[in-house]
Amino acid sequence: MSTEKSFEDLNRELEDTVRKLESGDLPLAEALALFERGTTLAEQCNTLLDGAELHVRQLMTRPDGGLVAEPFEDGQNG
Amino acid sequence: MPPAQVYTISQVTAYIKSLFVSDLLMGDVWLSGEVSGFTQASSGHCYFTLKDGGAVLKAVIWRTQAARLTLPRTGDQVIVHGSISVYEAQGVYQFYADHIEPAGVGRLWLEFERLKARLAAEGLFDAARKRPIPAQPRRLGVVTSATGAALRDILRTLAARYPLVDVILAAAPVQGADAPPGIVAALDALNRWAAEREPLDAILLARGGGSVEDLWAFNDERVARAIVASAVPVITGVGHETDFTIADFAADLRAPTPTGAANLATPDRRELAATVRGLAASAQTQIQARLTEARSGTDALTHRLGRQSPLMHIGRDRQRVDDLSRRAGLAMAVRLRSAGERLRSQRLHLSALDPTAVLTRGYAIITKSDGSVVGSVTQVAAGDALDVRVADGEFGVVVTMNHE
Repeated sequence: MSTEKSFEDLNRELEDTVRKLESGDLPLAEALALFERGTTLAEQCNTLLDGAELHVRQLMTRPDGGLVAEPFEDGQNG
Repeated sequence: MPPAQVYTISQVTAYIKSLFVSDLLMGDVWLSGEVSGFTQASSGHCYFTLKDGGAVLKAVIWRTQAARLTLPRTGDQVIVHGSISVYEAQGVYQFYADHIEPAGVGRLWLEFERLKARLAAEGLFDAARKRPIPAQPRRLGVVTSATGAALRDILRTLAARYPLVDVILAAAPVQGADAPPGIVAALDALNRWAAEREPLDAILLARGGGSVEDLWAFNDERVARAIVASAVPVITGVGHETDFTIADFAADLRAPTPTGAANLATPDRRELAATVRGLAASAQTQIQARLTEARSGTDALTHRLGRQSPLMHIGRDRQRVDDLSRRAGLAMAVRLRSAGERLRSQRLHLSALDPTAVLTRGYAIITKSDGSVVGSVTQVAAGDALDVRVADGEFGVVVTMNHE
């Protein structure tokens, strides 16, 4: 499993960041830090959205009854 | 002895009809039989007879029903739905059909309705049972044929809309006798995978379009129960828009097609990108406002600080000098002006006193030879020579007489 943050996580953090920024009442230094964080998050979100490739695996049952997920290739996706 | 009560034919026929109408079975009944003597009148109503080896039943399809049904022909084996009632004018009871199917499909239809009613009564289709589908799924399970058009449609749609999602396929036959147990096993395998290895946000159960018989596996009770038992929410996308299966009713969400199921399971990345752009723009606006605000605050401070600086003191002194000189200049101007006015009025006064001014009006100044001005007759005697001065010169005169 990937240890990178999912789009969902990044997007949620971006929303939180912007909401905090919008709430005002922050010291300028803090607001600037939030802005930089938000910009980074937006870039990461875009990178994920633009660069993602669909990964498909197929569940197989082993002789012992256990399950494995193997890359699925049908030559037609993507 | 006359009878206590005599009824008219209409009365007894109305009574017989009321027996049919109040009977629950007569009002809502499925029948199977063979069509004979089928005719459609010019009015659009259809008349025929339903029969089997032992009995016949007159039947009618009204024009409005006939318009939306596939009409049978004489000799067809059919399954029909409708009610039985009395036609008083002819003294016959007959069947009023509102649904008619060829016998093979009709049997499936009956089976479908029975199972649907039974599972609905169990609460399997209750809206309260339906679980929400996460808006941004991380991982989706797919149950369909590994070689079918449905899988191709789903993967193409996911790749275009939301390729961030992970797909786990559990292949299953989707047609024939193996299909129901195969689908049940695939749903079970995905649920095990989700529980033991990687969580799944939803499972797409799909099959491309086909005939009613082709789709029949999705009307299987085992499949319906496996959907209900699934810990992961199930989205169905079976057949075409108009096909409804038992699996659709049991599912947490029903899509009209496999592509539709992929659409319902995922957000569109273009919309997400627009949302991200919106958030970034909002952050930009916020920080711009904060910076502008901070800058104007700084400007105000700079201004206040500037007023305390030595430069400012010099400036203030300079201003005082300016002020003083301005005031001095003003006072001087006032004084000059009043002096000028005084001068002018004195000059007017002086000109009034100038004796020569009078001469221009015809007066004259008369002086004696000693230079004294003659102002009285007592100053002269006859024979005196006097000087007369007028505006433009002098001339001499001699006094001839004195009228004292």
